[in-house]
Amino acid sequence: MGELKVPTMAEMMAEGKQPEVLFWVGCAGSFDDRAKKITKAFVKLLNRAGVEFAVLGTEESCTGDPARRAGNEFLFQMQAMTNIEVLNGYEVSKIVTACPHCFNTLKNEYPSLGGNYKVMHHTQFLKSLLEEGKLGIEGGKFKGKRITYHDPCYLGRANGVYEAPRDLIRRLDVELVEMRKCRKAGLCCGAGGAQMFKEPEKGNKDVNVERTEQALETQPDIIAAGCPFCNTMMTDGVKSKEKEADIAVMDVAELIANADEI
Amino acid sequence: MAFIPNIVFAIVLVLGIGFFVRNVRKLVRNIRTGKPVDRSDHRRERLANMARIALGQQKMVVRPVAGILHIMVYLGFIVINLEVLEIIIDGLLGTHRVFSSLGGFYTVLIGTFEILAFLVLVSVIVFWIRRNIIRLQRFRKPEMKGWPKNDGNLILYFEMVLMVLFLVMNATDVPFQQMGRGNVISGIIAPWFGGLPEATLHLIERTAWWLHIVGILVFLNYLYYSKHLHIILAFPNTYFAGLAPKGQMDNLEAVTKEVKLMMDPNADPFAAPAGAEGEQGEMPEKFGASDVSDLNWVQLLSAYTCTECGRCTSECPANQTGKKLSPRKIMMDTRDRLEEVGKNIDNNGTFVADNKSLLDDYITREELWACTSCNACVEACPVSINPLSIILDMRRYLVMEQSAAPAELNNMMTNIENNGAPWPYNQMDRLNWKNE
Ligand code: SF4
Ligand code: SF4
Repeated sequence: MGELKVPTMAEMMAEGKQPEVLFWVGCAGSFDDRAKKITKAFVKLLNRAGVEFAVLGTEESCTGDPARRAGNEFLFQMQAMTNIEVLNGYEVSKIVTACPHCFNTLKNEYPSLGGNYKVMHHTQFLKSLLEEGKLGIEGGKFKGKRITYHDPCYLGRANGVYEAPRDLIRRLDVELVEMRKCRKAGLCCGAGGAQMFKEPEKGNKDVNVERTEQALETQPDIIAAGCPFCNTMMTDGVKSKEKEADIAVMDVAELIANADEI
Repeated sequence: MAFIPNIVFAIVLVLGIGFFVRNVRKLVRNIRTGKPVDRSDHRRERLANMARIALGQQKMVVRPVAGILHIMVYLGFIVINLEVLEIIIDGLLGTHRVFSSLGGFYTVLIGTFEILAFLVLVSVIVFWIRRNIIRLQRFRKPEMKGWPKNDGNLILYFEMVLMVLFLVMNATDVPFQQMGRGNVISGIIAPWFGGLPEATLHLIERTAWWLHIVGILVFLNYLYYSKHLHIILAFPNTYFAGLAPKGQMDNLEAVTKEVKLMMDPNADPFAAPAGAEGEQGEMPEKFGASDVSDLNWVQLLSAYTCTECGRCTSECPANQTGKKLSPRKIMMDTRDRLEEVGKNIDNNGTFVADNKSLLDDYITREELWACTSCNACVEACPVSINPLSIILDMRRYLVMEQSAAPAELNNMMTNIENNGAPWPYNQMDRLNWKNE
């Protein structure tokens, strides 16, 4: 994939520079093996477009989203205030993140605790790069493929972002097919509200399997997602249906970044 | 003696309305037991929401069949109330069809009423079929057994009877039929009564008239005990509903104070933490909700507003996959518990501890932990109810007051506390991906 340029805020500051945007990597993007690939694909695009960005690196910490949704307001606010101190210390004004949970928390929940930033989801950011001509889509690896897009709850319903990821997918010359339940009516992958970190309650099915079945109804070649947790859930769902050889689960950024790979 | 009916009418009316006012007062009192929350901002946006969602029924048509039928019943309900105005004036003054002096306009009015009454009748019958013969999934969930099921049907019977009475009343009104204007539907029914002597027709007409108005008053007073309360509360509820993006949770101020103090290097470590001990020996603030009194008044208003339609539950990922959680049940339980608290206040003057609470006695922990906070229920609700906010407030109680999170979540939280990530990785390794 070539050398990735990933400057940290601290390095930038030492050089007396202020990046145009901070890339908030998030816990999944930093530690989860699958999500790290998404992180790298996004950085590859940032590098390709020549975006002046930086990450917090070891100064980044969990936004507190799962703690808050689990009911631990203390831990959430501790995390939030620590992060805000760091962000404000670097005079960050614009943030982009590939995680809808970080996106929601930074955008909606940090302001009342003193953190005011312009926050974008990476699909929104990539879309604006394409529109400004800073980024082009190279290669047609996915041309003609059937792709269905799964709306992450914290991007879609929670924040009304439905079109940016779809616009990006359409630019790949693919056939974008919608699931029975999409956009506002999209079904959750099952990970939100801290469910990612625990076993589900007793029921007759797992939520991610239900959602995967809805995705499979569209007979896709690829299931696209815009959230590292949805990605994990859908990947597991596809595996449980033993379809992993035929159907890939990919982040929108990976689709754009890898369009030129043969 | 000719004015005896007028007096009887006046008494019935005063009783009917008086009882209703009493119930409304109780309703307001119960809602006020909730915690304060400021919803006095953004008046224009709130009015617009109310106009769009309650008045304009915007969310109902997301499901077209139920939506369109509901709009008929709703329109019928509003418009036919104009007719009730005429009935009340007639009843009090002893006049007969006092508005008929409006001439041509009256013809149009009555014609519209009759058509709407007919459409309401048809819609209500279809609703009954959906509930009882087709037996739609969402009306068959466990929380819909017993009273909620009967309530749903009773409302439909009420409406059927009221509409039939209205049409019969018009059909047997001899002068009205002879006038032959505006009787679009009743003109078709009138011949069924053909051959009856005029005195009998008059008796039927009077009986239908009286039953119609008494029926309406009874129905009015039935509201308080029924999910039908939504015909009134949908308006305030859509007005006062939260306006923030759905993903945003509110800040617990008391926590903010404490966290700020903890993080402030200049803070006096021996000072009593604000909020926790409170000034002048106040009770320490309780975090989260274990009972209805811990919820805010908008959440309580929502509990009374819930129509038990189950649109939330049928969109809920947890419910769809067989978990116990049903957002509708969360709202129904909140209302039932609030009613219980209200009765307690009725009997004792003020609330006397009854060793019960919303948590565990109504809503189980298993339900609360099954939620993915996906907001599907909030999106689906046609009257802007947010069941998720109650679930999250109750989780806050479980975690902050009882430390009763599932073990895996405790691990997750310990990890965040110690290494800034929900998994046991070292914060110093956060940028390792760069070189992998
Ligand atoms: S937010 Fe919770 S209760 Fe509401 S639909 Fe989603 S999982 Fe169900
Ligand atoms: S909360 Fe809303 S959607 Fe759910 S049953 Fe009540 S009215 Fe219907």
